[in-house]
Amino acid sequence: MNLYLLAEAVVAFLLVAGGIFAFTGSLGMLQFKDFFMRLHGPTKGTTLGIGCTLIASMLYFTVTQGEFHVQELLITLFLFITAPVTGHMLAKTGLHMHLRFTTGTRGSVPEFRDEDVGQSRVARPAKARHPWRSRRQKRRGRLPR
Amino acid sequence: MLEIALMISLSLIVMAMAMNVFRLAKGPDVPDRLLALDTLYVNSIALIVLLGLWLNTKTYFEAAILIAMLGFVGTMAICRYLLRGDIIE
Repeated sequence: MNLYLLAEAVVAFLLVAGGIFAFTGSLGMLQFKDFFMRLHGPTKGTTLGIGCTLIASMLYFTVTQGEFHVQELLITLFLFITAPVTGHMLAKTGLHMHLRFTTGTRGSVPEFRDEDVGQSRVARPAKARHPWRSRRQKRRGRLPR
Repeated sequence: MLEIALMISLSLIVMAMAMNVFRLAKGPDVPDRLLALDTLYVNSIALIVLLGLWLNTKTYFEAAILIAMLGFVGTMAICRYLLRGDIIE
């Protein structure tokens, strides 16, 4: 009886924690200002939340039905493997499409530099600039190149 | 205790899915919408697992694993289409 109460408490805690983590991940995706910031919430928070929910379900069915369940563990492992791959591909897509990002971050990312090495020799790689501003200047034809 | 925890978790995940739908409708660029769809299928897996807990059946885990695999494949296909302009080269 006491063991069942303990298992119920653990399942309830994992359910609430999973809901809170999934809610936090989606809230981060809704509230952040930038695509590269918005990528942080679902790839970490939501994955951890659904891992908590699936482990709670596995524990519940293991306790109530008396036999060990591995289907939820399978889904958990699959999601934990595929979530970083999806995040990596989404970040590559964002870098490829030159999405705009908020300024104020320190340092320059090499992916944000201009790729003009193949066109003309440069002494050192160009500094990072805003892709949207440079795109707007290109459209107006005022880029000194 | 389990009923209350289940209700709290269900309401939180439904609110998370509502926020995903809002970002899917609002998102200024294509990768934002793609990220919203990705999070939406992950949250739908959690919703299906909670439905299985609510109805006390094990029938829905095959649906959950199908959604997981097909959602991953769909997200990778759209990412490759946006990156390369083609899915299978």
